[in-house]
Amino acid sequence: MLTGWGRTAPTMADVISTPDVETIARAVREAGPRGVIARGLGRSYGDPAQNAGGTVIDMTALDRIHTIDVDNAAIDVDAGVSLDTLMRRLLPHGLWLPVLPGTRQVTVGGAIGADIHGKNHHSQGSFGSHVISLDLLTADGEVRTLTPDGDSPELFWATVGGMGMTGIVVRATIRLKRVETAYFVVDNIQTRNLDELLEHFTDGSDEDYVYSVAWFDSLARGDRMGRALLTRGNPATLDELPKKLRKNPLGFDAPQLMTAPPIFPNGLVNKYTITAFNEVWYRKAPTKYGSVQNITQFFHPLDLVGEWNRVYGSNGFLQYQFMVPFGQERMFRRSIDKISASGHVSFLNVLKTFGPGNAAPMSFPDKGWTLTVDIPVTPGLDRLCRELDEMVLEADGRLYLAKESRTTPEMIERMYPRIDEWRKTRAAVDPEGIFRSDLARRLNL
Amino acid sequence: MIDAVGNPQSLLLLGGTSDIALATAERYARERPLRIVLAARPSDRLEAAAERLRETGSTVTTVPFDARKPETHAETLDKAFGEGDIDISIVAFGMLGDQEELWTDVTAAQEMAEINYVAPVTVGVLLAEHLRKQGHGHIVALSSVAGERVRRSNFAYGSAKAGMDGFYTGLTEALRPSGIKVTVVRPGHVKSKMTEGLKEAPLAQTPEQVAEIVVNSVRKGKELVWAPAQFRYVMSVLRHLPRAVFRRLPF
Repeated sequence: MLTGWGRTAPTMADVISTPDVETIARAVREAGPRGVIARGLGRSYGDPAQNAGGTVIDMTALDRIHTIDVDNAAIDVDAGVSLDTLMRRLLPHGLWLPVLPGTRQVTVGGAIGADIHGKNHHSQGSFGSHVISLDLLTADGEVRTLTPDGDSPELFWATVGGMGMTGIVVRATIRLKRVETAYFVVDNIQTRNLDELLEHFTDGSDEDYVYSVAWFDSLARGDRMGRALLTRGNPATLDELPKKLRKNPLGFDAPQLMTAPPIFPNGLVNKYTITAFNEVWYRKAPTKYGSVQNITQFFHPLDLVGEWNRVYGSNGFLQYQFMVPFGQERMFRRSIDKISASGHVSFLNVLKTFGPGNAAPMSFPDKGWTLTVDIPVTPGLDRLCRELDEMVLEADGRLYLAKESRTTPEMIERMYPRIDEWRKTRAAVDPEGIFRSDLARRLNL
Repeated sequence: MIDAVGNPQSLLLLGGTSDIALATAERYARERPLRIVLAARPSDRLEAAAERLRETGSTVTTVPFDARKPETHAETLDKAFGEGDIDISIVAFGMLGDQEELWTDVTAAQEMAEINYVAPVTVGVLLAEHLRKQGHGHIVALSSVAGERVRRSNFAYGSAKAGMDGFYTGLTEALRPSGIKVTVVRPGHVKSKMTEGLKEAPLAQTPEQVAEIVVNSVRKGKELVWAPAQFRYVMSVLRHLPRAVFRRLPF
């Protein structure tokens, strides 16, 4: 039985785990009528890495790092390697991944398939924009090497953000960044409400930071609605570090305190616990400039606790993430108002701006605002999400497929105007539709 | 596929003119239009039911299904699953009949046993096979409190329901490792075409009320429910009454 990170909608599949590409190719060639899909570390919230009644290839066994090219700042790896492993291996060389999402527990293949983004999207773009080349195992059982501007750029870009539907990425070469240290110089700003927050995002100051993201309190109402903590930072240079840290500036400093046990009841995440949590979270971070933070503090506060999704109980939860173009601030405000007023309690509320998108037809990020909330599954949640869907669509926005777990095929069809172009590329390389997932079945991709 | 908040995209009603099954389909369709397959003997009633469901914006197709011909059941289900995955299958067909005739007339008794017990079993076997192949799905079996402790007034009907209830309760366990869910629903008296003309029993329900319970139970993944819920406790008491007392109860 497989589920996504949200622990909803489990289905059954045959899981194959092997470090041998030829074995994977055979599974693809011999796929039954229910097809095949690749699965990485299962951090997508919904069902893209599940395939009911079919085959799921667990890619985490395919995890060799082939070469680290320090001179050219590039790395050649198998698709099953996690970003966590890569960071640990790259840091001693002063190299750094160009894009890091909210967790390090994703594979390179998953990062390409979902075209993931991080808090540096406004300055660096999404993961797919840093892929120099990738090896794609296609439905015919052959492996093709693709580049963004090679022989078949349309297949490369259909694979970026293509949720595994064009084939299985087995290996990729990624362009890297250079850093002097594993630390960040961070400015925190506490804002009293949404207006103040949007103001900071749009006054041009964001351009001074590589990384920028805001956490907001989804339960605050009235003139405190959307009160937030804006965190922005840049990689620290060696001379910016305090003396103590200078001894080992490139040390991988990312502690995990504990793993959440599987004992949490449903309903623990409720209005009262989260109101209290939000109050503490907001107050503990007053406006402060120039603090030096480690990787976990700055990037992945949630990785402090392993398996944190268990806190939501057995009903699971869903994450709702959308983007809307700049100019849709009114809709943005209305959506936050709607969520705050709904009575549904969101715990992890993230807001940031995106820079320009890339050439991939199914890539999620594009110039504008993005908002993420995650909400435990309780009655009435579907209605709230449906109302939000309508608002997003009306504002020319879209939902993120790596988070999606409940919308309709019609919505996705209208939110991704280039979907037919993508379908054509996919049909050309996989005419029988061997690559299939529950997500694809549910949304009729 | 059933999504993260429990919305199905497709339904199969075995007993496509059953009031409870149709009320359940309408309840789902009101939330979100979906694909519905009605399996029943071809009739005007069936066409009318399909037409009514189409008004919700749902896609409705019909497949011929005759509970009394088990040898045709495989074909019926192949057709029903031939149009795509089925998220929720509702086993809702059955007959009540004249309770005195059912234990005095061989033909009537056989027909009743075939419809209320044999057919649910053959259909259950075939459903299990299809659902294991597709790797997901949920079966709802409409049983009855009449099967929980059979009583003089409708024991022939009750005995068949007891049998089908046992089969689907066991199927719940047999399919658990395959990730397929089964919900056995035990309604009391339901005011439907099946009970038309009968005296209303205590705790009587409308098909819509039962539909509400079905939808909520499936969403929560419950495996055994009563409709209304109080019947669970009523039946628990009745089950343990000494025969001498049970016999004298006025129903």
